[in-house]
Amino acid sequence: MGAVSATADERVAKVSVFRRLLMKPELGAVIGAILIFLFFSFLSPVFHSAAGIANWLDPASTIGIMAVAVAMLMIGGHFDLSAGVQIGSAGLIVGILTTHFHLFIWASIAVSLVVVLAIGAFNGYLVVRTGLPSFIITLATFLMLQGLNLGLTKLIINTVQVGGIREEPGYDSAKAVFASQFTLFGQEFQITILWWILWTALATWILMHTRFGNWTFATGGDRNASRNVGVPVKSTTIKLFMIVSAAAWFVGTTEALRLGSMQANAGFGRELIFIVAAVIGGCLLTGGYGSAIGAAIGALIFGMTSQGIVYAGWDSDWFKFFLGAMLLLAVLSNEYVRRRAATQKKG
Amino acid sequence: MKKNKFLVAVLALPLALAACTSTSSSSDSSSAAAPAEGSAAATAAASAAPAAGGEGYGYNIAVVTHGGAGDAFWSVVKAGAEKAGADLGDNVQYQSDGDPQKQAQLIDAAVSQGVQGLVVSMANPDALKDSIAKATAAGIPVITINAGGDKSKEFGAMNHIGQDEAVAGNAVGAKMAEAGAKNVICVIQEAGNVALETRCQGVTDGLGGTVENLQVDNNDLTGAQATIKSKLQADPSIDGVVTLGGQMAAVAAAAVEEAGSSAKVGTFDVNSDVTALIKDGKVLFAVDQQPYLQGYMGVDLMTLYLSNANTLGGGLPVLTGPSFVTPENVDQISELAVAGTR
Repeated sequence: MGAVSATADERVAKVSVFRRLLMKPELGAVIGAILIFLFFSFLSPVFHSAAGIANWLDPASTIGIMAVAVAMLMIGGHFDLSAGVQIGSAGLIVGILTTHFHLFIWASIAVSLVVVLAIGAFNGYLVVRTGLPSFIITLATFLMLQGLNLGLTKLIINTVQVGGIREEPGYDSAKAVFASQFTLFGQEFQITILWWILWTALATWILMHTRFGNWTFATGGDRNASRNVGVPVKSTTIKLFMIVSAAAWFVGTTEALRLGSMQANAGFGRELIFIVAAVIGGCLLTGGYGSAIGAAIGALIFGMTSQGIVYAGWDSDWFKFFLGAMLLLAVLSNEYVRRRAATQKKG
Repeated sequence: MKKNKFLVAVLALPLALAACTSTSSSSDSSSAAAPAEGSAAATAAASAAPAAGGEGYGYNIAVVTHGGAGDAFWSVVKAGAEKAGADLGDNVQYQSDGDPQKQAQLIDAAVSQGVQGLVVSMANPDALKDSIAKATAAGIPVITINAGGDKSKEFGAMNHIGQDEAVAGNAVGAKMAEAGAKNVICVIQEAGNVALETRCQGVTDGLGGTVENLQVDNNDLTGAQATIKSKLQADPSIDGVVTLGGQMAAVAAAAVEEAGSSAKVGTFDVNSDVTALIKDGKVLFAVDQQPYLQGYMGVDLMTLYLSNANTLGGGLPVLTGPSFVTPENVDQISELAVAGTR
């Protein structure tokens, strides 16, 4: 732990490019991603065509936006099991406010952000206030939100699915930002892919080049020691939870606008995928170590694998097995590379 | 067709009853509101004698389904069951859990609470066998709805109200064949649900071409969209997509459009999005198994049995589907779908 955490001395010291590369937490994930890309490209020509790439980048991008935020939180030493359900909450708020209360769509999106940020702050506050494991606290919010999403949706609109977002004024402009497509090399790509890159870049910059980033690593590495040297552990933790919520808001809004409707059960069970993506990308479950780029690549691996299995034409009854096996392979190769890198660094 | 006449007759019954009860509407509405107050209200009403039509029947009927929380389909079943409760003056407690173990526990709880009738959906019949045996042993009549029709009689249920999945799947396959489809994918959104597998098998039988199943996740619709798109890209000869739940139809229609495929989309189950897509010509048809009817008739037939010892179906399942929603009748049904009853 903390081998790469950026203390001033290490950053100033001259290290060869090659060695710096090896020391990166995301290196294993990069190699895993390349292997999986080659593997599925070999199995199916569509996989590496423009249409194929656009298609597997699509699920990778939504998972990626979440995984990057989740990785930041994990580096800070916490989990958020409510991350998946918050996607549903965010989308439902946007949907209900626009279609039922006829609020202008951008205003609904803003309200949704405020509400979801409040949920994140609530998570963070409870965690720092009680000192209980975030695992338990966010499991509780996960369950509560699951009930709220369903209960409130049914209470307000008397059904479990908000539809008709497409017909509301302002939809086109909101869709252009969150859920449109852009053309590259004659192929349409989802705009979420660009947002994914942007989120990853932003998170990387925050983690590597800001004080908040340093505090994040420090908080996750050793909470007490950080507190003793004056790191604002509490506010850092709360902000990290709010970052995850912001990502959930973004993805939830994207889905509501893209599908034109939102189901009350949206997002349940997806939180684990985000954590998995972050771990594939080199985050430690214990905190203090990891990278945003790694998490983004973890999401890429997940996207490639889930779609690659379909392109390869494997029997879909075995889908989950193959998915699990591929992920295991990715993590193992990741671990192998990381260990090799660590020993070479010493030698 | 014979069954349809039957259904019309059955449908007319609750209407007639509703007309009767509406004369004393004030007492009716209070008893209809009771189920929300839970077990206390239920036990209080349990001691009341089954009253004559004028004041409502006042039976305590538990409806325990496997519908996942937040599922559009099951909210319609619930709406039907609750409407029947309100119309007939019964106390209807609707509960559901997608986990078979938990559903069994809900049934046990209803039995120990002393309900007078039990309406159950059986997505996983074997898991519920013991619980249903407890109910019948306690003298509580059981009606199964929606899923588990083939085990209904064996478990001692009075009858089954639902759509025969094989019959419906067959009709869908035939309809796809009629539209010229030969190579069809059948999108399964819930792994391990026997009814969904049966539907796809029925589609295979009815189509007379090739049908391949595709597993996706119902809680991750954009992911499901990408998966369907992948399949269409990987095999351009696919000319038909059958989805098994309302929301998945919208996703499949979008995937077909984005993949530039000319595949026809047909779907099971109806919601407001699906009716809009049928109007736009993006979805060919939707099979409606009339979930409202399953909830409503479950409570209604139970009440008829408790009050008048009537049974329906002659030992065969009472079919509520398939009825098709097509461009011809879509306008009328879409209005009802928005209201949450179709």
